[in-house]
Amino acid sequence: MKHVVPLNKKARRIAAQVQESRGQARALTLELPPNEYPFGCTTIFAPGWEVDSSGGTHGLCQPIERDLYDCYHTCYWPAQVPDGVTNAPSWTSSCGAPMNDWKSIDLVFP
Amino acid sequence: MTAEAPKPLEPTELRTVAHRRFDDGRGHRFVYAQSSAAILAIDPLSDRLLDAFEGEGGVAHEILPRVEVAADETSSDNRAIDVQKHEALRDLVDLGLIRPAGEIRAPVADLPPMPFPLATLVLNVTNKCNLSCTYCYEYGEDKLGPGTESKARPMMLDDTARESIDFLFESAGDRPQVAITFFGGETLLNLGAVKAAVTHAEELGAKHRKRVHYSITTNATLLSTEVIDFLTSNRFGVTISIDGDKDSQDTHRVFKSGKGSFAMIEPPIRKLIAVNKERNGRPIGARVTLTREAKSVLETYRFLCEDMGFDEVGFAPVTADPNRDYALEGSHYDGMLSEFRTLAEDFVQAATEGRPHGFANLNDLLRELHDGVNKAHPCGAGLGLLGVSTEGDLGLCHRFVESDEHSVGNVRDGLDQVARTRFLKEGHVDKKSECSTCFARPLCAGGCYHEAQVRQGDPSAPNLHACEWIRGWTDIGLSSYARIMTQNPGFFARFESA
Repeated sequence: MKHVVPLNKKARRIAAQVQESRGQARALTLELPPNEYPFGCTTIFAPGWEVDSSGGTHGLCQPIERDLYDCYHTCYWPAQVPDGVTNAPSWTSSCGAPMNDWKSIDLVFP
Repeated sequence: MTAEAPKPLEPTELRTVAHRRFDDGRGHRFVYAQSSAAILAIDPLSDRLLDAFEGEGGVAHEILPRVEVAADETSSDNRAIDVQKHEALRDLVDLGLIRPAGEIRAPVADLPPMPFPLATLVLNVTNKCNLSCTYCYEYGEDKLGPGTESKARPMMLDDTARESIDFLFESAGDRPQVAITFFGGETLLNLGAVKAAVTHAEELGAKHRKRVHYSITTNATLLSTEVIDFLTSNRFGVTISIDGDKDSQDTHRVFKSGKGSFAMIEPPIRKLIAVNKERNGRPIGARVTLTREAKSVLETYRFLCEDMGFDEVGFAPVTADPNRDYALEGSHYDGMLSEFRTLAEDFVQAATEGRPHGFANLNDLLRELHDGVNKAHPCGAGLGLLGVSTEGDLGLCHRFVESDEHSVGNVRDGLDQVARTRFLKEGHVDKKSECSTCFARPLCAGGCYHEAQVRQGDPSAPNLHACEWIRGWTDIGLSSYARIMTQNPGFFARFESA
């Protein structure tokens, strides 16, 4: 901080916290090649999570049904799909290829 | 830093939030942030940014080009100027001085985890007094509870004093130290209860491995050699209520006959101070009550410290019904502020030369400013501190003890946690909407509960009659802080370890 000088104890603590947080948050794209990769569905570009230009899902490169597994396999997101780790480990067992037979997936009641 | 231009901030409306800016009289600028109680030195650019975003504020890319750059900051490189402005703005945003308009204040906890451990118990060992000070709140319009009609026992029984100490130790949790304050009436009229409490506290302190700190407030009329020996050998912090030299003291602090008390108290006070110095005791303080006819504060200070030898002097404006002829009103507060300013000059002079100064009010204020105290409640009443009446009833502080309406239990049956919590929730500064934009909020938090009860009938109301006085006094503290900090920052080392 070049324009302010913290004087009392509280100001010194806050300034230290600000400095620390500035050190932590940085854009990964600024480092080439990236030496860290983010993890989790919100940090990757996964087509299929949005709607197409008409507001529907037909034009997407992956059918919307794929979302089920995007949530299920790569990201723990219990609000959208059943929790396949503890409570409903076999909820997709009747469905081999979701793009074709997603209708065979059972309903799961919490 | 390289001269890489930071990306423009999101087009969010930004606005300068509540703060106080001040200087040290030498052109250096400072800011006291209301939200955090942080104190920062700021450069001229930051000062202008705080001005530029004041009021309605606006978006950075519209306001920043309008912020002037002073001659000595001028660069032919416009981009470098732009970088400077953005950096300075970013600092102020991160430090909480300029924030998005309409930003919701981070939720503040209502209360610390309850039951909050007790730190201090104030024992009103008697409500009798051998003086008849004309301004005394104990018998005036602002006495809560039955006042002179009180059926309460005039002297606390030794057993009640011991039960109070039991209660304190039971309620103090893991605290390594507890404090016991003896108060009255004239406290020394019931030396028996004081001694009973100290003996018992010493036993319990040894048993529970807690240090015990004693303090007492007295009018000094009963300071015999024996009492002086007792107080100094138990390392009491002694506060003596005294208004100054003979003239000042004898104006209000009189016996029932009307005779002044100065002649009687002067010799024992001098003796107490001498013995205490020999024994290397805790500082001995004078507490001066200021009425509208009070003398110069500086003169009173000089007399009490330099002539009488007190270690510190605290001044308190009289709390009185506004109709009393000694009560303080608007213009008197202005006069008192200017008196305080004069004494603060004296303090700053001493502090910059590395000498201690005994102006207790300013010492306390500077300590709070240096720590960055940000109060949720104006004082510890009901939180870490409780008062005990002569009967053993518990009050929020010593000034509430005989008011049934504000009772929070008694030392035998314990603290009424429901009443205590209700009171503390009501008294929280976030409930005082009038205080939300005041820069002095972190220190004042609405002011004395008792004063609010007397003036407005509600202890949790903010003391709006005192706002100008509080802000004026806080300003004195801030400018004193800045001046000492720029001229002798080492002075504050005394507040670092504590």
